[in-house]
Amino acid sequence: MADVKQPVERPLSPHLQIYRPQMTAISSILSRITGNALIVGVVLAVWWLLAAASGPNYFAYVNAVATSWFGDLVFALSLLAVWYHYLAGLRHLWFDAGKGLEVETAELLGWGCIIGSVVLTAITIVLI
Amino acid sequence: MRYLTDRKRAIGRGASGTGTEHHWYMTVSAVGLAVMVPTFLIIFGKALGQGYAEVHATFARPLPAILTAMVLVVGLNHFRRGAQLMIEDYTRGVSRKIAVIFVITFSYFLMACGLFALAKIAL
Repeated sequence: MADVKQPVERPLSPHLQIYRPQMTAISSILSRITGNALIVGVVLAVWWLLAAASGPNYFAYVNAVATSWFGDLVFALSLLAVWYHYLAGLRHLWFDAGKGLEVETAELLGWGCIIGSVVLTAITIVLI
Repeated sequence: MRYLTDRKRAIGRGASGTGTEHHWYMTVSAVGLAVMVPTFLIIFGKALGQGYAEVHATFARPLPAILTAMVLVVGLNHFRRGAQLMIEDYTRGVSRKIAVIFVITFSYFLMACGLFALAKIAL
């Protein structure tokens, strides 16, 4: 009668801390992080455009912020983010077509997104 | 409607009934942005860091003005859905509702600000 039922010791489903980081998971969450982080660059860009529409004095003030080390940092990271999100988005379209879903190919495409975003960011900075 | 079976009405619509529209919108806007964004980055990057007169001259031209307007509208609509999806994945209850409402209104606010600025510069 004192035989209280012990909860059954079932194996727990492995979660993020258990798994070794994998390229497919990392490249997926990076896509979400970059896409959402881009709002920072968009806010700064829209503020800068609004300032240009407001007049030379206010533009001088906002332009100083947008071209300061802080502005450079935001726009440089935004470039990296936009190119990563761009390549990861193309990869999504490719996946949606049912292609590239083999593990080796998906991992290769993940590396392609990361390395490609750095290369495209460098090219863009050279061009502008 | 009653001639349709339950299965026929449910198929392809997902648990929320609207997943298909979301996915298709993201696909269409992704393709549109993929076409527009590289040119936009060059135009915006070249204008950034220039003086007041040069910035006005750039965004008074049709191509930079129209392209920037389209990137803003399509990009922020794309952002709005992506950010809403993230919120719906990680939050629940009242905070979810507040965050979703904030993301939607803030996206449209940014669109309005950007379009107003472009119109004022270009016209």
